[in-house]
Amino acid sequence: MASVALSEAEKVYIVHGVQPLKITVLKEDLRVDGRGCEDYRCVDVETDVVSNTSGSARVKLGHTDILVGVKAEMGTPKLEKPNEGYLEFFVDCSANATPEFEGRGGDDLGTEIANTLYRIFNNKSSVDLKSLCISPREHCWILYVDVLLLECGGNLFDAISIAVKAALFNTRIPRVRVLEDEEGSKDIELSDDPYDCIRLSVENVPCIVTLCKIGYRHVVDATLQEEACSLASLLVSVTSKGVVTCMRKVGKGSLDPESIFEMMETGKRVGKVLHTSLQNILHKEESLGTKRQKVGFLG
Amino acid sequence: MAMEMRLPVARKPLSESLGRESKKHLVVPGDTITTDTGFMRGHGTYMGEEKLIASVAGSVERVNKLICVKALKTRYNGEVGDIVVGRITEVQQKRWKVETNSRLDSVLLLSSMNLPGGELAEVQAVFSDGAVSLHTRSLKYGKLGQGVLVQVSPSLVKRQKTHFHDLPCGASVILGNNGFIWIYPTPEHKEEDAGGFIANLEPVSLADREVISRLRNCIVSLVTQRMMLYDTSILYCYEASLPHPIKDILKPEIMEEIVLETRQRLLEQEG
Repeated sequence: MASVALSEAEKVYIVHGVQPLKITVLKEDLRVDGRGCEDYRCVDVETDVVSNTSGSARVKLGHTDILVGVKAEMGTPKLEKPNEGYLEFFVDCSANATPEFEGRGGDDLGTEIANTLYRIFNNKSSVDLKSLCISPREHCWILYVDVLLLECGGNLFDAISIAVKAALFNTRIPRVRVLEDEEGSKDIELSDDPYDCIRLSVENVPCIVTLCKIGYRHVVDATLQEEACSLASLLVSVTSKGVVTCMRKVGKGSLDPESIFEMMETGKRVGKVLHTSLQNILHKEESLGTKRQKVGFLG
Repeated sequence: MAMEMRLPVARKPLSESLGRESKKHLVVPGDTITTDTGFMRGHGTYMGEEKLIASVAGSVERVNKLICVKALKTRYNGEVGDIVVGRITEVQQKRWKVETNSRLDSVLLLSSMNLPGGELAEVQAVFSDGAVSLHTRSLKYGKLGQGVLVQVSPSLVKRQKTHFHDLPCGASVILGNNGFIWIYPTPEHKEEDAGGFIANLEPVSLADREVISRLRNCIVSLVTQRMMLYDTSILYCYEASLPHPIKDILKPEIMEEIVLETRQRLLEQEG
């Protein structure tokens, strides 16, 4: 992961800011930029930024910049799940983000993020895969979700999951009909109206909340400097109802089972608020419709 | 807990919001500055095909017969006598490599402080390839203790007589010419060996922390609005931000409001 070098004194300053001097005083949580331990930085979300995709979204969380594009293509369903379509994730860490990602440097991080995305979507309720089926055992929709990391400013997983959810919300899959001839051969017909499409329900799509352990407290939405001070983090993937779909520990340090429990509770709480804000902003953007001023990349 | 999501808003060009009548002459590399051959060529320009062409992206400055282009966003180019804040990245046999946001790493010869960490040093010489040789002139300089580092573009730091400022709000600021700004709590008593070997690792009080966080956010908002950084501008911005909670300063609309107020106060002070 891209990281900054910090001196001992800077790390001590950051750690003391997060954990209070006396254990009884729990009110003292002031991070370097004035946030509390459970505050997120300001998030900018915009959908439909890439025109030749079925759905796209761009999320800016502080200095972290993520672009997600979703393309819907027709293919054959997997053998063990003949009635469902599926999602394929690919994460590209561009050299734009940091020089460490040049050439093959970003591949490790990319595969790690892609595997995490596969895990959090690997359950029946996240996305309704049956709606992606066109004709069982023969045709289905495959959604290729491509994530591009444009800038790395800490808290990658959260930003990526928000962007994936926003892009899936924005995805428009063309409506197809299967026509059967007298001889029995099937033909797939695409409807003439380009706006006739089906949309995915993203009610149960989870979002990741990363909790970094700094000292003996944990913080949400860590910057690069704070990540350099934390030895262990917990990634919790939460749905809008507060259900945890997957949990993963990253980092060299160890976590106490009690702190894992606390972090999970915080993750659930924060996750619910995250989902409500995201739903609100996505609906607001949609309600603006064509009146919305597209900012894109040149704003 | 706070969570705010918003739709992005296109940035307004600054000259509109300033209401400036005279627009700066901005050029990009390859633009013709003038076809008049009577001018002397300064930095950032070259002569080609009978006309003066810009080689960097920036604003054209003209002093009598000298035309030069001042780049708006550039890496730090060292000048003798500058104060810089750097981070030690490598320790070699007789010298250290210091990262100072310039094209090449600067070197710090072993005749100065011993411990790795954040160091404050003065530029002693500039090598021909642009690498800068630093030295820590007196015990006033040296390893820095607890505090916050903010990295900004070097062109935004105003050249002044002194770069150490003890602000009345309770924290101190070192404005390095290379764009690295160090904010730290004002030490209670001036120790003789202020650039000491052991950094003070005691916890900093909450009041000091609030001041430091607020200053950091103010500096970030000044930089986002491309204002020059010097002690007066930082202080005015700090005072303008006092009515708002610290974490709100980074919201775009509050940032604009604070910087506008700062700008007006600075104009009043000059005029």
